[in-house]
Order: sequence, then structure tokens, then C-alpha cells
Amino acid sequence: MNLSNIKKEFPIFKNKNLVYLDSANSSQKPQSVIDRINDFYSNEFSNVGRSVHALSIAATNNYENTRISVQKYINAKSKDEIVFTKGATEAINLVANTFGQKYLKEGDEILLTELEHHSNYVPWHYLRSLKGVKIEFAEVNEDGEVSVESIAKKITSNTKIIAVTHLSNVTGAILPIKEITELAHSKGIPVLIDGCQGAPHLKLDMQDLDCDFYTISCHKMYGPTGLGILYAKKKWLEELPPYQGGGGMIKEVKKDSISYGDLPNKYEAGTMATAQVVAFDQSIKFLEKIGMNNVIQHEKKLMDYGQEILRKNNSVKLVGNPKKKGAVLSFTIEGIHPHDIATILDEDGVAIRAGHHCCQILHETLGMAATARASLGIYNTKEDIDRLNSSINKCKKIFNLK
Amino acid sequence: MNIKELYQEIILEHGKNPRNLRKTDNFNKDAKGYNPLCGDHVHIYLKLNEKKKVEDASFEGSGCAISMASASIMTDLVKGKEENEVKEIINDFLGMIKVNPELKSKNLKDDERTKLMCLSGVKQYPMRVKCATLSWHTLISAIDSTQEEINTERLD
Repeated sequence: MNLSNIKKEFPIFKNKNLVYLDSANSSQKPQSVIDRINDFYSNEFSNVGRSVHALSIAATNNYENTRISVQKYINAKSKDEIVFTKGATEAINLVANTFGQKYLKEGDEILLTELEHHSNYVPWHYLRSLKGVKIEFAEVNEDGEVSVESIAKKITSNTKIIAVTHLSNVTGAILPIKEITELAHSKGIPVLIDGCQGAPHLKLDMQDLDCDFYTISCHKMYGPTGLGILYAKKKWLEELPPYQGGGGMIKEVKKDSISYGDLPNKYEAGTMATAQVVAFDQSIKFLEKIGMNNVIQHEKKLMDYGQEILRKNNSVKLVGNPKKKGAVLSFTIEGIHPHDIATILDEDGVAIRAGHHCCQILHETLGMAATARASLGIYNTKEDIDRLNSSINKCKKIFNLK
Repeated sequence: MNIKELYQEIILEHGKNPRNLRKTDNFNKDAKGYNPLCGDHVHIYLKLNEKKKVEDASFEGSGCAISMASASIMTDLVKGKEENEVKEIINDFLGMIKVNPELKSKNLKDDERTKLMCLSGVKQYPMRVKCATLSWHTLISAIDSTQEEINTERLD
């Protein structure tokens, strides 16, 4: 596939003025994904798994087909290890809630890192008051990385679970999660990986990573909103209690007892985001067609170019300098608040994010209230980076900076 | 709308060199404000005399050029005014930022009105209105001594 034409696959870029640099927040959608949602609702819609009519059977097959695509895409052992959720946030809440319920007691420790997004901290925070657990944070270094050593330092005999990001949405650091998992497993501690930023930008292999839980946000992966994925090793899904109760997740319901459905239905209560699941299969096909190696190469080239250009730009300071880095360029400009940067860039059609990016712990650690963030996707080009840079120069001009 | 109308010289100048960015000695009223969207904090201090006239106004905090300029201009302007005059000006300002084309308050001098109108550019930028109004809502809270932190997400 010719990557230089990839923008054509995304109808939003018919607006030639748009330079979209907010993919870490949410990615744009290719035509094939949009069409699939439209087709499904127009011609094929039915609820899944409930009725015996032909529409329902076809819809169920489509829905389950995405599960198999995801299983293959991330190299999970079984399709039963793939649970659909309403987002990565719900996936982490599911684990925090059920794992906390079953295994955690007062004095136990949960180990996170200072890089974590609020969605991989707040769900665990509830367990402080509910269970009296402690939350520890592995420290970030000045390059914006978290090393295995930094994790090792915070592991104690009370550590019951480790939850870390695969790729920081602020510094772009790619964490050594395989090594972290090895270390944790050598001490009998399970590991959850927040893969929101990892999944759209890195090759995933659950057998190689060997983590216990991996969470994915589909809308950051060229897919629909309202959909996330929890990968969990089968033994955990069997051992942990159900998360939400309702239709579809039960085996038998009586006045005095209820038994739960088989995997993965046990964790999919109520009517699911059917059309989104069906359409997400197209997102996977889209990425497979390009090939993850090409995605990685393309984004690395762009990011190296972006870092080079921004480093040359006086008064621009990049946030973090990790050795292994994903497609995120967070920066500050001395003398201009990130919100002012974002407003001025927006005037030129350059969409970035400004703020704490749901990482207040990290910003506090870095001693910054806010940063500006340009995050890349498969559709970005060198011209986008050049336009980012010239808009930054416009900011500097408006604020009378050199 | 030109971005230069939002970032007028006077805003940039106040944003860069905010007036009254300090803590008033012996203040007798204060309040805190917070904008959860951007994480900006502001703390307003007032010293009112026995006739309820503002002897001094100041603020602490950090934020974007709009919010710093707004707090800077505001604290400058309320000094020497009586509490009820200040309240009237606040209402007038908030009305102007949201809907009204101009400021109507008789308690404003011409140069004060001109300065405040420099902030009217934010009307065209809905996401930035809260940057301009945070310190003003916090000032109301200080005057009324509500002891409640202003949160821009809980305002109309």
C-alpha cells in the first residue's frame, strides 16, 4: 500500500486545510469503517446472540468474527480471551473491580507508574477506600521513561498487581513491558498493560508479552467510539467474578440462584455496541493491509523529523526524551501557555491538544501545569509537521518571541 | 475573526506582566477558583475597608495569556471601588462576555471600559470563555465569602 495516498482513505481529509495531530486523543476513521457501520445498520441490523431468525444469526456471526480477528491480531490463545467493553476505561475498571473484589485486602499494594493516564489510576483508587489498599507509583526519570529498575524498586511482598502503560500518551516512552512482566511473574504478581497508545502504533503479540491483561481503545485505533477490548488470560476470566449483571451474561436464572454464562459472555452483560464491534473488523483489516511494520516505520520517520524540526525551533522544548519512543510530540514554548498555542494553531487548521492530557500526576512530577501535544497517526505527513512548525512560528510572532 | 483580535497587545502585555500578582497583606476576603479542563488555579485576595471599599485586590495563580490578563485587568480595576459597584461591574462584564455587545455599567470609566472590551474577542472562542471568566467568578465568591472553590465546569 502506498502510504503517501493514505489520507484519501479518510473522508475527513477532504478538508485540505486540516492538519490533524490529535490521534493519541482519538484517531480519524477510514471510509471502510464508516461504510461498515452504515451498511450494518442499513441492511443487516439485529441484536446478537438472542434470536433464531436469520438476521440475528448473521449479526451474531459478524460480531463473533471480529472477536476472532482481534484474537489473531494480538495473538491471543483463544477467542474467549477477548472481551468487548465500552472502552479501555471500562476494561481497566472491570479488572480493578473484579480483581480487587476477589483478591485484595487491607495493606495490599497496587503498583502503577507516574506515567499513567487517569483511566489507569482512578479505577484502582476506588480500592483504597473499599479495601484499604495502598497505591504505589514507580518513578519516571528525567527523559520521561519508566525502567524495569524503577518498577523493581517499588515491588514489595505486599504488591498484588502491577498496572502500567505500554506507551506514554505524553512523553511517548515505550515501556519495557516484556521485562516488567517477566520480573513481576518471577514474584508471582500479575500484570495489566494499558495498551491505549500501544495498540494503534505497535505490533502486539500476547504470547510474547505474556501479560495477564491488555486493554485496547478501539477509537484510537481507526475504529468506532464506544468500544474497547479487554484481553485477559483465560484463567483470570474463569477465576474472577462477573463485572456487570444483566441479560446475555447468565446461564440460568432462578429466584434463589443464578449461574453465569461461559466465556466471554460472562463479561458482556446487556446489548453490546454491536455495530461498532462489526465495524471494528474493518479497522483491523485496514491496519493489516498497511502492515504494522509499515505503520511503525512511517510513524518513526515522521516522529524523528518532527523532533529534529522542533529541536531546531528556538523556545520550543520537547517534553521527555525517551530512547524508545512512540508517535507523540509533547512540547512547551517558553512564554506561551499551551492553551494559547492550541488556539492559535487551530486558527491555521492545525489540531493539537493542550492541557494535562489526563496525566496530572505526571505533569506535577515534571513541574508543569500543562503541555501542548502533537500526536501522530498513519495519515500524517512531513507537510503536516512543517505546517505545525510554521504555526508555532506564528504563535511566537504573536507573542513577540524570538 | 482574526486571531489578533483575541490576542490584542493589551492582553499580551497584561498576560506577560500581570499586575497585582501577589498576596494582599492583611486581606479580609479571598476565594479560590479552578478550571478542571486545563488545570488552571487562581486565588483572589481582597482588602475591604469599613466602608466596604476595595483598598487592595490581588491574585495568585498561573494560566494562559487570556486568564492572566483577565485577572490582571480585573484586580486593577476594582481597586478604589465599593463592593456594590464591583458586583455591578462583574455582572456587566460576564453579560458582555456571554451575550451583550457592549458594557453598560456607569461605574466604569471610559479607559476601564476600553480595557475590558479588549477581552471581548473570546466570545468567538467558546472553549476559551472560561479562561476569561474564571477570576471574575472567583471574585464574586470572595466578595460573598462563600468559602466555596469556583469550578468552571459547574458554572452556567
